[in-house]
Amino acid sequence: MDIFLQQILNGLVLGSVYALVALGYTMVYGILGLINFAHGEVVMVGALVSLSVVELLLGTNLGLPAPLLGVVALVVAIGVCMALGFSIERIAYRPLRRAPRLAPLITAIGVSILLQTLAMLIWGRRYHTVPALIPPTPHAVAGATITNVQILIIVVSALIMAGLMGLVHFTRLGRAMRATAENPVVAGLMGVNINRIISATFMIGSALAAVAGVLVSSNYGVAHYYMGFVLGLKAFTAAVLGGIGNLPGAMVGGLLLGLIESLGAGYIGDLTGGFLGSHYQDVFAFLVLIMVLVFRPTGLLGERLSERA
Amino acid sequence: MKEGDLSVHLKTAVVGAAAALALVLSGCGKKDEAIKIGHAGPLTGPVAHLGKDNENGVRLALDEANAANIMLGGKKATFAMQSEDDQADPKQGPIVAQKLVDAKVAGVIGHLNSGTTIPASKIYHDAGIAQISPSATNVTYTHQGFKTAFRVMANDAQQGKVLGDYAVHKLGAKNIAIIDDRSAYGQGLADEFEKAAKAAGGQVVTREFTGTDKTDFNAILTSIKGKNPDLIFYGGMDSQSGPMMKQIKNLGIGAKFLTGDGGQTAEFLKLAGDAAEGAYASSPGVPLDKMPGGKAFAEKYKAKFNIEIQLYAPYAYDAANVLLEAMKKADSTDPAKYLPILAGISYQGVTGNVAFDENGDIKGGSISLYQAKGGKWEYLDTVGG
Repeated sequence: MDIFLQQILNGLVLGSVYALVALGYTMVYGILGLINFAHGEVVMVGALVSLSVVELLLGTNLGLPAPLLGVVALVVAIGVCMALGFSIERIAYRPLRRAPRLAPLITAIGVSILLQTLAMLIWGRRYHTVPALIPPTPHAVAGATITNVQILIIVVSALIMAGLMGLVHFTRLGRAMRATAENPVVAGLMGVNINRIISATFMIGSALAAVAGVLVSSNYGVAHYYMGFVLGLKAFTAAVLGGIGNLPGAMVGGLLLGLIESLGAGYIGDLTGGFLGSHYQDVFAFLVLIMVLVFRPTGLLGERLSERA
Repeated sequence: MKEGDLSVHLKTAVVGAAAALALVLSGCGKKDEAIKIGHAGPLTGPVAHLGKDNENGVRLALDEANAANIMLGGKKATFAMQSEDDQADPKQGPIVAQKLVDAKVAGVIGHLNSGTTIPASKIYHDAGIAQISPSATNVTYTHQGFKTAFRVMANDAQQGKVLGDYAVHKLGAKNIAIIDDRSAYGQGLADEFEKAAKAAGGQVVTREFTGTDKTDFNAILTSIKGKNPDLIFYGGMDSQSGPMMKQIKNLGIGAKFLTGDGGQTAEFLKLAGDAAEGAYASSPGVPLDKMPGGKAFAEKYKAKFNIEIQLYAPYAYDAANVLLEAMKKADSTDPAKYLPILAGISYQGVTGNVAFDENGDIKGGSISLYQAKGGKWEYLDTVGG
C-alpha cells in the first residue's frame, strides 16, 4: 500500500508540473489556434536564468538567506520569460497571424530550435547543478516519502492554477481574453485591444512556464539546455488529453498524465510478468493519448476543438 | 570513452584546431619521406580537450621515437603525425578515416569515442591499416572480425563482468536491482553486469529502464523500493545517475549504488551532491599514480606541453608505442608485414603490459573501483591487469 501511495505522490508531483506547462499551450491555442511549440523552451530558459541568478547572488557573498535568494531568482526568471514570451509573439507569430495555419506552426518549431541553440551557446552543453536552496528533507506520509520541494511543487501549482482561473473568470483582462478566444474580430469591434490581449496571454503563459522551470530544476537538481524539449512534448500531450483550448482540461490532463506515467512505469513490469518493462512508460502515456483522440477527439473536457477546426 | 556531455572548452578547441592546421600546413611544405602516423579524435566541440590530450600522447611517443634514431629497412626512420578532427561525430568518423587512408598513413591511433571508432574501423580494415583505439570501450569495435582493429583499454564486457563479480563478492549483494538507459553503452554494460552477477550467485530482483533524456526516476525507484534490493546497479551516464542518486536518498532507499565509468566522474559528484556519499563506480584502466610508468609519464607530459594530463593520454602514448614497436620488430612500415607482429605483441607500457587477444582486445584489461567519500572519488581496488 505504501508503494502505491508513493506512486500516487510521484504522479501528482510530475502531473502538477505538466499541468503548469500545459496551461501555456492551451491558453495560446484557445486564443490564436496556434500550437506554440517553443513553449517548452521557455520553461528551460526560466530554469537556466534562475540558476544563473542564484549562482551570481551566491558568488557575491551578500549572505542573503536561501528563501529570499529563491524568490529573487524566481522573480527574475518570471520577468525574463515574460519578456521572452512577448518578443516571441511580437517577432515570430504576429507577422504571420493571417498566414495559413501551417506557417506559424513551422515558425514555432523554428523558434524552439533557435532558443535551444541560443541556450546551448550561452549556458553550454553541460548539465548544470542547481544548488538546493530548500533542503530536500524527506517527510514520511503513511509509509511514503515526500520532500519539501515536492510539497512546494504541488502547493504552488495548485495556487497558481486557482489564481489563473480567478483571473480568467473574474477580471476585465480575463473577460477580454475569453472574448478574444470566442471571436477576435467581434471582440475587436467591441473595443478590446486584441494585440494587447494576445501579448498578455503569451506573457502569462511564459510566467507559468518560468515557475515550472524553477520548480522542476530545483526538484531534480539539474538544468540543461535540452530539458524543455521533452517536458514541452509531455505538457502538450497533457493539454490535448484534457482538451486543448480548455483551461481546466489542461490541469486535469496534466495530473492524469503524471499519474498514468508513474503508475504505468511502476506496475507495468509486474502486471505483465516482466514481458513489458518500465521502458514502456512513454508508450503507455502516448497510447492513452491516442485512445482519447480516437474515441473523444476533443479531449476529456474539450468542446471547443470541433468548432475551431 | 563515455558518451557524456562535457563542458565546452572553446579555448582548447581553438588551440587544437590551430595546431591541427599548423600541422597540415607544415606537412605540405616538407619533402622528406617521413613515415606518417595518423591520429583521429575530437579536436573541436565539447570533448575537444580529451581529443587534444590523446593527440599529445601520440605526439610525445613519436617525438621520442624520432630522437631514438630508429632504423627501419636500413634507413633512419622519421615519424610525423597527421592528426584529424572527427568532432566526436559518428558521421565524421569515416570521413576523416578516409582522409587518413588517402594520405597513406602507416597506422592510426584513434578514435576517442566508440561512436566514431566503430564506423571508422571499416575504412581502416578495407585499407588494411592497423587502428589502435586508446579509449573506445564498446564491445562491437573489436568483434566485427577486423584483423586491423585493436584497443588498449578494457571493453564494456570486461567492465560489466568485473562489476557483477565485485557486487556479489566484495559488496555482499544478494538481491540486485538493475537499471539501464537503453543506450548501446548503458544496456551493454547492464547486460554484462547481470550475467556476471547471476554467475556469482546474486539474484536479480528487477530490471528497470529509463532514457538518456530523463531526469525523473521516482516511479521506477519506488517500484524498486518495493522489491527491497540491497544493491542498485545503473548502466548509463552521469547526467542520469547524478539526479537518480538524489532521488534514491529522498525515497529513503538504503541499498548500495554501483555504476560504471559513465558515472565515475566529477560531474556525478556535483549532480548528486551530498547524496553521492557512499556510491561505488568503476573505470577501465588504473589511476595515473597506480600505473607502472604513470609518474614518469606525467612529468614528461607536463614538461613537454606544460598542461596536466586530462584523461586518456597515457593510453594514446602506449597505443602509439605499441604500433612503433611492431614496426620495429617487423623492420617495416608495411601493414601487411607488421600486423601479424602487432597481434602477437607483448609490450611493457606506462599503463601496464599491452598484449592483444584474438579479437584485438587488450589481454586482462584492468578495471578500477572507486567510492564517493567526502565529495571525492576514493580509489578502492584494481581488478585484472
